[in-house]
Amino acid sequence: MVETRDPSQIRVVVGMSGGVDSSVAAYLLKKQGYDVIGIFMKNWDDTDEFGVCTATEDYDDVIKVCNQIGIPYYAVNFEKQYWDKVFSYFLEEYKAGRTPNPDVMCNKEIKFKAFLEHALKLGADYLATGHYARVEERDGEVVMLRGVDNNKDQTYFLNQLSQEQLKHVMFPIGNIEKKEVRKIAEEAGLATAKKKDSTGICFIGERNFKEFLSQYLPAQPGKMETFDGKVMGQHDGLMYYTIGQRHGLGIGGEGEPWFVLGKDLDRNVLYVGQGFHHESLYSTSLTAVKMGFTTNKPKEKVFNCTAKFRYRQEDTPVEVELLEDGRAQITFAEPVRAITPGQAVVLYNGDECLGGGTIDEVFKDSEKLTYVG
Amino acid sequence: MESIYLDHAATSPMHPDVIIEIHKAMESVYGNPSSIHTAGRAARKVLDNARSTLAKAIGAKENEIILTSGGTEADNTAIFGTAYANRSKGKHIITTQIEHHAVLNACEKLEKEGFEVTYLQVDRTGRISVDEFKKALRDDTILVTLMYGNNEVGTTQPIAEIGQLLKEHQAIFHTDAVQAFGIEKLNVDELNVDLLSVSSHKLNGPKGIGFLYQRTGIPLAATFYGGSQEKKRRAGTENVPAAVGFAKAVEIAQNGLQEKQKTYQRYREIFIDVLKSEQVSFEVNGHESYFLPHVLNISFKGMEVESFLVNLDIEGVFASSGSACTAGSIDPSHVLVAMFGAGTEELRNSIRFSFGIGLTEEMIKAAAIKTAKIVKRLAN
Repeated sequence: MVETRDPSQIRVVVGMSGGVDSSVAAYLLKKQGYDVIGIFMKNWDDTDEFGVCTATEDYDDVIKVCNQIGIPYYAVNFEKQYWDKVFSYFLEEYKAGRTPNPDVMCNKEIKFKAFLEHALKLGADYLATGHYARVEERDGEVVMLRGVDNNKDQTYFLNQLSQEQLKHVMFPIGNIEKKEVRKIAEEAGLATAKKKDSTGICFIGERNFKEFLSQYLPAQPGKMETFDGKVMGQHDGLMYYTIGQRHGLGIGGEGEPWFVLGKDLDRNVLYVGQGFHHESLYSTSLTAVKMGFTTNKPKEKVFNCTAKFRYRQEDTPVEVELLEDGRAQITFAEPVRAITPGQAVVLYNGDECLGGGTIDEVFKDSEKLTYVG
Repeated sequence: MESIYLDHAATSPMHPDVIIEIHKAMESVYGNPSSIHTAGRAARKVLDNARSTLAKAIGAKENEIILTSGGTEADNTAIFGTAYANRSKGKHIITTQIEHHAVLNACEKLEKEGFEVTYLQVDRTGRISVDEFKKALRDDTILVTLMYGNNEVGTTQPIAEIGQLLKEHQAIFHTDAVQAFGIEKLNVDELNVDLLSVSSHKLNGPKGIGFLYQRTGIPLAATFYGGSQEKKRRAGTENVPAAVGFAKAVEIAQNGLQEKQKTYQRYREIFIDVLKSEQVSFEVNGHESYFLPHVLNISFKGMEVESFLVNLDIEGVFASSGSACTAGSIDPSHVLVAMFGAGTEELRNSIRFSFGIGLTEEMIKAAAIKTAKIVKRLAN
């Protein structure tokens, strides 16, 4: 897939969110001479009681930026697909007591699947996004590399992309730093240059997470206990808590602060304990499901690499053993704190993101930690 | 790449002669038609001439024309103005499910205010049944508002027949003729309508102006308050250059009605013939006999409107679908829902091509070939 064509012959659809990153992605591609089309994707209906939704404002920004850059723009709706593939999964996981990562699912099923298909239907050769990641050709395959801005690297969320998806992908801002992106936007006078970055899960936005989730899942308040069975207070519903969490417990008193250690779904009990480094928060291995790799090349059954267990975490050296049915056993070189079922485990070899899976079970010295979910 | 504009039902380019007239009016007429001095009188004269042209086009008198900001305001004025002026006589209104939102949303607002609205159903061709209308009509019906020709599928309604039925009834009869005016010959007496809405930009006039015909003696509550323009029914200084352009556009349109109809009929045939010879699987939506020739709505089997329209645009063919897609929100066309039912494939695979000035048979053919190519590539 080494491109020999002139950029003007290459059509690139840019997924534009109305944020600065995708704006600059589109701007850079246009400057490089590509045949660029901007498309706004609407996945979630958050229309308020006055008929206003934030998507309209974001789309207005897309329109402004596209007009500034001089590219056509359109919108596409994936609300149904998003609900079926991402949001349903998100709710199911919470119901099962895990902490899902909807962004990983969104990238896999929506942005780089439904949306990519849409782009290809428009005659696009590539789909570009404003992710902080890089793609590079190596030995006849496309590899995905971390974004050069280490603080912003988003490969964690992209770990489920396959070789077939990556072949059609461009990440125009992956090789620059966030502050450079802002600078480019300002110098080009793009309407989104000073727009605040969006935070949190896209469909929840700035809203209160608890309030949002309670609209979809019934909350069952219950007891907070120590492993010794000492009742420390009430929780608002197990789904609102995640392993290692400190805030929102409301346990005062002497000594070190309190943390969430685990959950007992059957008894509807939240386990808590004192100290950031509480020994029950540490584990030494995990099993992952739905393992996916960016490459089609056969993998060795056992190999060493590094891993991230949550976004923006330092890598940990691990040994990976591939099992049946897309499962894997991943053993850490040293104990890791607050491994959370439902989150992604993402594997790296140096700068290259190899792929990843979903954390299923967590072990300490080969004993399963039943309390983490 | 040559672009082919096939969205004249959305809006149309201004006729070159219209632009010249507006330009002239902007340069020479600056007075306020309400002023008593020479400059004001000059503006008044120009405005009256324009109004006279508009009136004549529908067989009305000059003082029966209320200039508005466009079709939406004309519809709103007709509906709210009639409802408020006649509420002592009843609170029942009859309309259809396939009206423009300027009518539908006005009726919904009145429902919230205590009026009762019957929304007549249409058949698969988009036409109402006169029998159903008779059944819906009540002694306390004060307003009947029916679209003359539908903007999405082109189907026309039996306006004259209904007008005849309402002759001896208290109900005021309004028709939204925004899409039909300039294509069909309309005469308010032959149609027996009391109110009729028209918009300028659909017939190659400027945007931002339209009119409401109000039959003499028909009560109408004002919706704007201010000066005494438009016989106090629509306050606000008149947009004289736009009125001049509007009148010019109407004059041009009225002189070429038959030719236009023939041309657009020919365009339809060419478009359809190309699709047939390209062996595309499609269905023309609307009525076989009662339709506006410039609106051609087609369902393409296995197509999705979202990517279809973008592909057409990329190929330089500008068309549209009835579904509003603002910021990616899909709102299926209420017209197609009324015709085919909720959840039917027609809601997702129908495209409207609409014809107007500046087109040639070659362009229509080229557009149809491009359309067929896209369908063949994408239909599943």
